[in-house]
Amino acid sequence: MTVPLSWYLIFATALFSIGFFGVLARRNAIAVLMGVELMLNAVNVNLVAFWRYLTPTDLSGQIFVVFVFAVAAAEAAVGLALMISIYRTRKSINVDELNELKL
Amino acid sequence: MVGQVLFILVAAITLLMALGAVVAKNLFHAALFLVGVFFGIAVLFILLDAEFLGVAQIVIYIGAIATLIVFAIMLSKNVMGKEAGAYNRNWYAAMAGAVFLFLLLAWLLLKAPFQMVSADVPADAITQIGQGLVGTYVVPFEVASVLLLVALVGAIMLARER
Repeated sequence: MTVPLSWYLIFATALFSIGFFGVLARRNAIAVLMGVELMLNAVNVNLVAFWRYLTPTDLSGQIFVVFVFAVAAAEAAVGLALMISIYRTRKSINVDELNELKL
Repeated sequence: MVGQVLFILVAAITLLMALGAVVAKNLFHAALFLVGVFFGIAVLFILLDAEFLGVAQIVIYIGAIATLIVFAIMLSKNVMGKEAGAYNRNWYAAMAGAVFLFLLLAWLLLKAPFQMVSADVPADAITQIGQGLVGTYVVPFEVASVLLLVALVGAIMLARER
């Protein structure tokens, strides 16, 4: 336990910001989804670090991360199925070319 | 001391891999970098005495989600490697936003006072997680199972050829 909590928090913040940049800046929809996965992982690191340093005897923090795993798996499955479906009709999954919902 | 060196090493490699996943032009390379990030985070979980989550991270993220992403990249193959540009035209605004978010969050987290508790992790941590999932947290556990079932059916419906 020699590593201070703040190191983990700064690491998770940097990872979250990198994922945030990926979500906003990438053109390919699959790359956008990768950014979302990076952000979810950063949140998990934060949850586990807070559990270890603030409430190590109560396992609720770890159980919460298990639920984040489940939701991330569901999100990836549905998101990638959507992209395959879009690719079939449009032959492209670049998010700046998908503008049917724009007024 | 050893723990600190190990943390800095793993954290630096993981962040570089994350940058690679966001910057790489070839989507397949980005997916491989993403696998590296997932592995680095599994190592961090184990450094934080959360062995169960470290193993679950490898099984779920590297074993399932990364494989799914690679499959999706291969199924949309003609965009692989020969994209006109990896970024859309607002990428500099996204960069500024990300840097601003990092500075804001880092400032807030460093300022916030946290009540540290230096206790050891209970030896039967995995038993407690299992009992928690079928005890206190049984309702969210069941809801998560329904969510996964709905996602499974929905993914099949969406990706089906019509």
